[in-house]
Amino acid sequence: MSKNSSFSISNPDKLKLDAVQKIGLIVALLGVSILFVAWFGITFPYPAVFLSISALFIFIGTVVYAKQTYLKQPAGIKNNNVWFNSLSNRGVLGWFLGIVLTLFYVLLYWFPSYLGYDPSGAQNRGLVALFDPLSLFFNGKIASQWFVYGTLYTLLIASLGIKFMYKYRHNRYQLIRTVVVIVSQLFLAYLIPEILEGLNSDTPYFAKDIKNMWPLNYYFFEPWHLDNMINGGTLGMLYLVIGIFMFLVFTPIITYYVGKRWYCSWVCGCGGLAETAGDSFRQLSSKTVSSWKIERWMIHTVMVLIFIVTAVVLYGYFANSGEFLGISIYNYFSKPYGFLIGAMFSGVVGVGFYPVLGSRVWCRFGCPLAGYMGLFQRFKSRFRITTNGGQCISCGNCSTYCEQGIDVRAYAQKGENIVRASCVGCGICSAVCPRGVLKLENGPEEGRINPTDVLLGNDIDLMNYVNKKQ
Amino acid sequence: MEHIVIIGNGISGVTAARHIRKKSDKKITIVSAESEYFFSRTALMYVYMGHMKFEHTQPYENWFWKKNRIELKQGFVQQIETTKKELIFENGETLQYDKLIIATGSKPNKFGWLGQDLKGVQGLYSKQDLENVGKYAPNNKECKRAVIVGGGLIGIELAEMLRSRDIPVTFLVRETSFWNGVLPKGESELINKHIIEHHIDLRLNSNLKEIISDENGKAKAIVVAETGEIIPCDFVGLTAGVSPNIDFIKSSKVEINRGVLVNRFLETNIEDVFAIGDCAEQREAIGNRRPIEAVWYTGRMMGETVAQTICGNKIEYKPGHWFNSAKFLDIEYQTYGWVWAQPRENEAHFYWEHSNKKICVNVNYNKTTRQFIGINTFGIRMRHEIFDKWLTENKTVEYVIENLSTANFDPEFFKKYEKEISTAFKNQLVTA
Repeated sequence: MSKNSSFSISNPDKLKLDAVQKIGLIVALLGVSILFVAWFGITFPYPAVFLSISALFIFIGTVVYAKQTYLKQPAGIKNNNVWFNSLSNRGVLGWFLGIVLTLFYVLLYWFPSYLGYDPSGAQNRGLVALFDPLSLFFNGKIASQWFVYGTLYTLLIASLGIKFMYKYRHNRYQLIRTVVVIVSQLFLAYLIPEILEGLNSDTPYFAKDIKNMWPLNYYFFEPWHLDNMINGGTLGMLYLVIGIFMFLVFTPIITYYVGKRWYCSWVCGCGGLAETAGDSFRQLSSKTVSSWKIERWMIHTVMVLIFIVTAVVLYGYFANSGEFLGISIYNYFSKPYGFLIGAMFSGVVGVGFYPVLGSRVWCRFGCPLAGYMGLFQRFKSRFRITTNGGQCISCGNCSTYCEQGIDVRAYAQKGENIVRASCVGCGICSAVCPRGVLKLENGPEEGRINPTDVLLGNDIDLMNYVNKKQ
Repeated sequence: MEHIVIIGNGISGVTAARHIRKKSDKKITIVSAESEYFFSRTALMYVYMGHMKFEHTQPYENWFWKKNRIELKQGFVQQIETTKKELIFENGETLQYDKLIIATGSKPNKFGWLGQDLKGVQGLYSKQDLENVGKYAPNNKECKRAVIVGGGLIGIELAEMLRSRDIPVTFLVRETSFWNGVLPKGESELINKHIIEHHIDLRLNSNLKEIISDENGKAKAIVVAETGEIIPCDFVGLTAGVSPNIDFIKSSKVEINRGVLVNRFLETNIEDVFAIGDCAEQREAIGNRRPIEAVWYTGRMMGETVAQTICGNKIEYKPGHWFNSAKFLDIEYQTYGWVWAQPRENEAHFYWEHSNKKICVNVNYNKTTRQFIGINTFGIRMRHEIFDKWLTENKTVEYVIENLSTANFDPEFFKKYEKEISTAFKNQLVTA
């Protein structure tokens, strides 16, 4: 077989970029290179200027590139060459990006001094120092590595979110959803918490991203966090009450009406990054039945773990004890969960492995909040993906582009609706379907799951005869 | 144990096998020369375009067949010995059957054009065809231009494929407008415009005269019959329809015409030999359907039906209301019931097209009884279930237009056009 054959994984035809696309890419890469230079230890003079240049270049470069790429062709599905592109087919570029991201996360969590963070709070260097002026503007303190992370995270969601919107400009579900993703990240996760932090710098720290609820935010019920909220004045009490209300009341009700998508692919930060920056990698998730089995074990194990850890932590809090049955709660419960699940799984593996395992590894295999909402979605919800009668041609676009690794086609080709705990409702299966077979919708629970053997279109007597037999 | 042998592992054969397995414990063998595992033929284009890898076109994981005790045999059947109930393979091997299902699908039509068997000249049907497109048209350096002959569903797919690699495409269409033997004028013209928008050199009213060979037996140009124009090219796609792939049956006692002739029970003239899918030809017409229907859905329905008969629940093949779908580049098409290119006697079309978007609807109805007969939709998705019900209940065209929104299947938040459509329909009645 020739090396250019369609079965080859190498690029059959090098990506051709026009002048505008090249300018966009170069500008964006210049912006990124400032960050890299800083990461390698160079402390820039005039950090405010360089940070502004870097952020603006990344944003404007990406937008220029995306606009030119997608607007010069008619609106429609743009997946040409996805499996020939080294970045999106686990090629050299993909692995390289995966390694860089993983390295970044390792440093971020455990060795922030290599990013230039000064734990004594005296003087940052390198990458973290670049963000000092912005941090000082918000809350009068120099930047932490987490401030750097939050800022870059928001920048990525905004710029690649706009790229996504150009790509799916013909699809209003995707447009509206992505605007909400960007706005949620920019305001709820970034600006409002930073501003509130600045206004309340005299009270102790507690998490101010209101939608980042327990158990995704695993430290919500830890003693220090509870105390800080309680001692955080009206705002702290408000966050405590809302945090509990969100998990116990709001989430189940909304999930009943529209499925877990309201959170996972509309407002969640992890989901937001996956939907925007992770869009180029969604096809890499495994669709095998065995990975589905692993998924069910893992995500529910993590969910049970955080329930246990939290119960023990709360016991310790109210019993005013650092020990549970004679063992240290911190050393044997909170700390291992925070290290293994909070940092290692959700951070390092969750994002670092985007270009290898796909964009939703954490959401699919780990997130306890997704697991919790998934139970409602599967057993008590109005949400489903409807299959349009007998129109499926088993092409496999839906399954290929499902970031959650759901074998959508397995249901669609049987004429069955898709009711799965893990579906985050991104709507891409419906978008890429060439025959108009799939529709995300909310409706009566009755008939939501509709097993069939003989599909619509055939002899009505035969359909009734066979389908009733099960 | 009764041995069911199925020749062909496309949608028809595989559907039959799955349903026989659901209903029985019979021994099942599927024979294929094309590929080891079932794949979705309709998805081949996406492999070339880089949307999917070949493995993604396989609807079942490889363990599925063993788990369900469906044996897969690779080999090319050369002859069917119906008296001995035996298949003879190209390599001399034989295989005994108790019941045989012929589900060998189609092959691209060739009409005796000069040069039609040159290298770089082919249809697009099989996995091997896909491999050959990759070989002869890998990129726009090795393939400086491609010519596609025949304006149907496969032709436009092939054009889309080649354009995805920036290969210039000339598209020869015999008709005065794209696929207008099937599509009414409005829809057909909408697609013409869209083809041109994708920088495809669309030549209507154009037939192929011959394909010119280079010194290595590879296509280097084609000649247009009408003008005598010579168009240099490195690849020629022949997409002027398909016909049943039954050459190997000619030497057997199974009666054939254009396809394998079957009665309403999908039985051939030989006992215990059935034929389904693209290769089957109905002896008696079923409603307005053609005797040979090379369509994914009908292949699947025949598979569902024949499995019942083979498992003792003898049942006629009775497809329900006609439906179909396709995608022309970026425009999705669905149809339910019958909409002919020209309204038949006593029928009328109501056509609505968006002023600047690539969206249109065409409703066919009976002028006297007002009965709704069928609908074409382009750029709007509709619910199969609702239209199937409306067709069964003989709804009027007025009812369908008034209730069109209940049939809408577009994703949430999409702009709706039912009001506009309804207004246009009422205005048409006033002016008519």
